[in-house]
Amino acid sequence: MHSASKHLLFILAPLVVVFALLPGAYQNHLLLFNFVIFLILAQGVNIIYGFTGYLPFGYVGFFGAGAYGFAIMVMHLQTPAPLAVLVGGAVAVALGLLLTPLLRLSGAYFAIANLAASLAVLHFVANPALEGITKGPYGVSLTGTFNPTHAYYAAVVVMALTVGAVIYLKNSPFGLALQAVREDAVSASMAGVNIIKMRVIAWLASALVAGLAGGIYAWYVSVFYPDNVFSGEFSIFAIVFALFGGVATVTGPIVGVLILYGIYNLIGFTTPQYFQLIYGLLIMGLVLFLPAGLVSLATRRGWHVP
Amino acid sequence: MSPEQNSILKVSKLVKRFGGFHALDGLSFHVVPGEILGLVGPNGSGKTTAINVISGLYAPDGGEVVFDGASSGGVASHRLVHRGINRTFQVPKPFLSLTVRENIQVALAYGGATGTPPSIAELLEKYRLKEVADRPAADLNSAQQKMLDLTRALATRPRLLLLDELAAGLNPAELDWIAGRIKALAATGMAIIVVEHLMGFIEQITDRVIVLNAGKEIFEGTLATAVREPQVIEVFLGGEHAH
Repeated sequence: MHSASKHLLFILAPLVVVFALLPGAYQNHLLLFNFVIFLILAQGVNIIYGFTGYLPFGYVGFFGAGAYGFAIMVMHLQTPAPLAVLVGGAVAVALGLLLTPLLRLSGAYFAIANLAASLAVLHFVANPALEGITKGPYGVSLTGTFNPTHAYYAAVVVMALTVGAVIYLKNSPFGLALQAVREDAVSASMAGVNIIKMRVIAWLASALVAGLAGGIYAWYVSVFYPDNVFSGEFSIFAIVFALFGGVATVTGPIVGVLILYGIYNLIGFTTPQYFQLIYGLLIMGLVLFLPAGLVSLATRRGWHVP
Repeated sequence: MSPEQNSILKVSKLVKRFGGFHALDGLSFHVVPGEILGLVGPNGSGKTTAINVISGLYAPDGGEVVFDGASSGGVASHRLVHRGINRTFQVPKPFLSLTVRENIQVALAYGGATGTPPSIAELLEKYRLKEVADRPAADLNSAQQKMLDLTRALATRPRLLLLDELAAGLNPAELDWIAGRIKALAATGMAIIVVEHLMGFIEQITDRVIVLNAGKEIFEGTLATAVREPQVIEVFLGGEHAH
């Protein structure tokens, strides 16, 4: 069997089935929803960081832009929720286009500039002068579209599409070319790759994914403040989960979210007093001993990891 | 028809400045299909800069580069690759985390090779990379990385190939072998420009050399004639040897 079909059959299909069925068996719907959102965001980070090497410290900017894109459509134009989610994705892509000059930077400089950009978007949205459009710092309430069940399934759909996109990258010349650009941009151009076009496509794809996730998040929670949807925690968690599992693979970010977010919630429920200590130690251990993520336990032995 | 009219690459009065330094200062030369041209000269004479401008890494500050009848100065590298120019690097730059095979696949998929693209199996076999085909490029030794750099270039089926110190660091047996390979490529009609410090190697493979000094050509002809030219001796060995 072709390896892309294997990935679809043995990774994507079970993941979608499990998350589609879990709400029937497990009561904490919000927790399941958060898992799906982080699966999307971790794979979004995987697309831009894993395949092109840009570390998006301000990744939440796209998420928040998507949430507000959704909110504005619903508040002012009474748009149906699914359509408003698509608009949320489009707003994030527009923000991504606006930020393409950042791709001229690399390494830590890109990460810092991206972080600053996300804060700028936060303060723009939360500006009291824009109260008429965004409700400024006072937050939005979207009771009209409130429907956690539909929002949850929408999130599962976006997760499926995102994982599908990563499977495509992992199995196509396009994904290979992106990795070539990450490894050496000059050599990549001498292989005939248009490096600027490739970087912009990956950047906008990861923005789209986060924007859709943000729109769905707004749909699910229906009441939120700028500080919620632009919280740096989304960027940090998505990056840590993706790195913990191992980027530039299909399974790494999934494993990272399931284990790390699982432990995060487990400790949070059982022994919240040790929470930060245990979590901090785990992450330090990872950075020190497995900088290439959990999947490197296998790749070091020469095993192929999808 | 004179060889100049027949040329696939024609460089005229090429200028490239870095700040106040003129790395290229009015360089002119041409290459015809099937020819192996050597670019020689002391360190800093502009050999690698010339290759970098021809392959689109730098835009020229003056003068003209004409490839296959169309101006190519300042055109983006990937477009030049599609038009039929490729190169190797002095320090090879493979995609380290990708396997040898994947390195070549990128160039095959994106190189825009006209006609039948060369087969990976054949390239791996010919350039002695078959045994390491499925290993990450980071595992290769420096000679193998140079060969990978060359196969990456060849996968795009260039009509003009620029080799920047491909031979440096190879042992004598490898040198003989690669010299044969380069000659075989030229025999297919490929124009090849070789930048090299190893004069024996230059002597062995080139039809003609251009001697560069301070960003300008000071001699054009065979290497055997070049070494008798006082100006050439002067830039290589110092003034007192010239007379």
